[in-house]
Amino acid sequence: MTRKMLVLAFVMAGFAAGAAEARDQIRIVGSSTVFPFSTTVAERFGKSTSFKTPVVEATGSGGGLKLFCAGVGVGHPDIANSSRRIKASEVEMCANNGVAEIIEIKVGYDGIVIANSKKTARYELSLRDIFLALAKDVPDGSGKLVPNPYKTWKDLNPSLPDTRIEVLGPPPTSGTRDAFVELALEGGCRDFDWIEALRESDKNRYKSICHTIREDGAYVEAGENDNLIVQKLEANPDALGVFGFSFLDQNSDKVQGSKVNGVVPDFDEIANGNYPVSRPLYFYAKKAHVGVIPGMAEFLAEFTGDRAWGEDGYLADKGLIPMLDEEREAWRQKAIGLAPLAM
Amino acid sequence: MSDTAPARPATAEAVARGLRRRYAAEQRFRLYGMAAIGFALAVLTILFATVVANGWSAFRQTYIQLDLPLEAADIDPDGTRDPAVLSRADYEGLVKKTLRGMFPDVTNRREKRELYDLVSSAAAFDLRDAVLEDPSLVGGTFQLRVPASDDLDMYMKGYIRADSPEDERRISDRQIARIEALREQGRVETGFNLGFFISGDSREPELAGIAGAALGSLWTMLVVLILSFPLGVMAAIYLEEFAPRNRWTDIIEVNINNLAAVPSIVFGLLGLAVFLNFFGLPRSAPLVGGMVLALMTLPTVIIAGRAALQAVPPSIREAALGLGASRMQMVGGHVLPLAMPGMLTGAIIGMARALGETAPLLMIGMVAFIVDLPKGPLDAATALPVQIFLWADSPERAFVERTSAATIVLLVFLICMNLGAVLLRRKFERRW
Repeated sequence: MTRKMLVLAFVMAGFAAGAAEARDQIRIVGSSTVFPFSTTVAERFGKSTSFKTPVVEATGSGGGLKLFCAGVGVGHPDIANSSRRIKASEVEMCANNGVAEIIEIKVGYDGIVIANSKKTARYELSLRDIFLALAKDVPDGSGKLVPNPYKTWKDLNPSLPDTRIEVLGPPPTSGTRDAFVELALEGGCRDFDWIEALRESDKNRYKSICHTIREDGAYVEAGENDNLIVQKLEANPDALGVFGFSFLDQNSDKVQGSKVNGVVPDFDEIANGNYPVSRPLYFYAKKAHVGVIPGMAEFLAEFTGDRAWGEDGYLADKGLIPMLDEEREAWRQKAIGLAPLAM
Repeated sequence: MSDTAPARPATAEAVARGLRRRYAAEQRFRLYGMAAIGFALAVLTILFATVVANGWSAFRQTYIQLDLPLEAADIDPDGTRDPAVLSRADYEGLVKKTLRGMFPDVTNRREKRELYDLVSSAAAFDLRDAVLEDPSLVGGTFQLRVPASDDLDMYMKGYIRADSPEDERRISDRQIARIEALREQGRVETGFNLGFFISGDSREPELAGIAGAALGSLWTMLVVLILSFPLGVMAAIYLEEFAPRNRWTDIIEVNINNLAAVPSIVFGLLGLAVFLNFFGLPRSAPLVGGMVLALMTLPTVIIAGRAALQAVPPSIREAALGLGASRMQMVGGHVLPLAMPGMLTGAIIGMARALGETAPLLMIGMVAFIVDLPKGPLDAATALPVQIFLWADSPERAFVERTSAATIVLLVFLICMNLGAVLLRRKFERRW
């Protein structure tokens, strides 16, 4: 038995060494928001070409870029998806590990919606309302901060209904939460001139005022699973939920997106930039891997083709909000020309 | 002594009085026990009933019958029948053309799009594969049964109701009219969803299957079995039959028991640090998944193995030794065969637990979207519980039933494994 075991171990080690040397499959890591789009393209790419279907992992934007920047070679992923732009510090980390030329591609937009059950009326919120409802400390009117005193929506804005503030949203590990805090909370926060002024003078204090969500039960962390939030909203008509636009699109019979600053979250309003809580999505590819991993250039071409990310492309069916024609064309040229990112 | 006589009736009386109370207490205790079991069974039934009620419909799928005219001019104008030419033809265009031919009244762009959305995107790929397999089809009319899109499937299964307002459903009134027209022509049918059992993952719910995940689980479990069972049995035999009892073996025993209680994610971290980063093994490979889960299963196998060895009576050992067998012969020829059923049971139960794990696989990249079926333990693969997790997180409505269907499949696997363990024990276990 021992001899067999040893032989087996050697055979396995041999296999492993062989596999580590050659890879004929593109590996993609990164944001769970870009995941549905990236996987759709990967599947179509695998079916319509002779290349293997790329493997896509949802690791989150930060985690994905960390794996991506760890080095060049078959042991490291080829593409990183991100629901935010790459940071200068990450580019630097990449460069330190030998990942010199990165191709940046903007994919399109994703809207974050604040939705409630269709059993109750649609909310009409402003960014200021969202900030006042969810921030930990709010201004009391005399230039000071008090712990958030608001219990109902009516308390903070008389035109809103007299229901208890209860918002179900993603936990701090989620990219959706980061974007929601930056776009919605910070947007409403800047409505107050003296806080806006802090942005220049005391950046840390500004951030802590604008980015801290209250912890007294009004904001409920409902986990990373957006489907779960939709289900909870259905069961609890008084609550609001924060999630990605594609989940609203798929569940439009159960939930409705609140108007933010008077704009309904729908396909057109997000695409033309009127809806305030939306963010661009990106992916990053290693130029050094083009020509080494089979299918890299072809994958970039597939992703940036109108058949995929165009207005009538199959990604739009999956809830991606495409860029306008000329912007798309500009990014496509970058993808085809393998133009490296310059920061 | 004289005062014991009057006490006797008093004792009998006390006993008689207490008897009733004691019977009642016993009755109550039994009732509590039955209530506890009843509660557990009820919860289990509710769980199973919900999963089955949500999931059974995924085993059926709506198909649309298309008569596709395969004109040579469209597919292979030069008549070479060269596979390269055949595979490049615009099959998507052909499918769309056929659909337009069935509804000549459709003219504007929006209506066309709605029409195309009734059929799964797989239609074009299925058609291509059929033509590549048999190029003589070109020139004739080909009947192809293609999966309907997920929205149509949801409508046919009654999850999308026609009487709800049009702007609240993902399927328009016009689309419903077209479906009904197709239905009257006998082109819409609901059949057994074979694709669910033979294909890999997909972003299109109507095409998604569990074969990739099931194969990934199979490879992973194979690696777990190959690694953890021999190692576990050998460790158990040495510790139980040969090792001296001293402080060292005590420390080892405490450590093994501790290891059995370590949260599984920790083994995943270990796998990431050692197998991936240090040994450079490939990410997402069932080999690495199996190695990590084998580490997790090992303590269970060792503990079960030692218990099985302890259950073999010492008289067997003494008889063997008394007849002149060496210790090696005694263990190999007599003790181990008697302990084997118990050891196997322990291994199967350990593996059943490993089959349901996702957390350690997250760390080594097995929580991923993988379409191609894994052909060996080194191909990228995912596992059944991971597939359930990924589908539960997908926005498309049709993935809800598929999540439950995959859960049913996983439960069937687990029940089979546990049943196997029980049967093995029944068949081979000996009592002394």
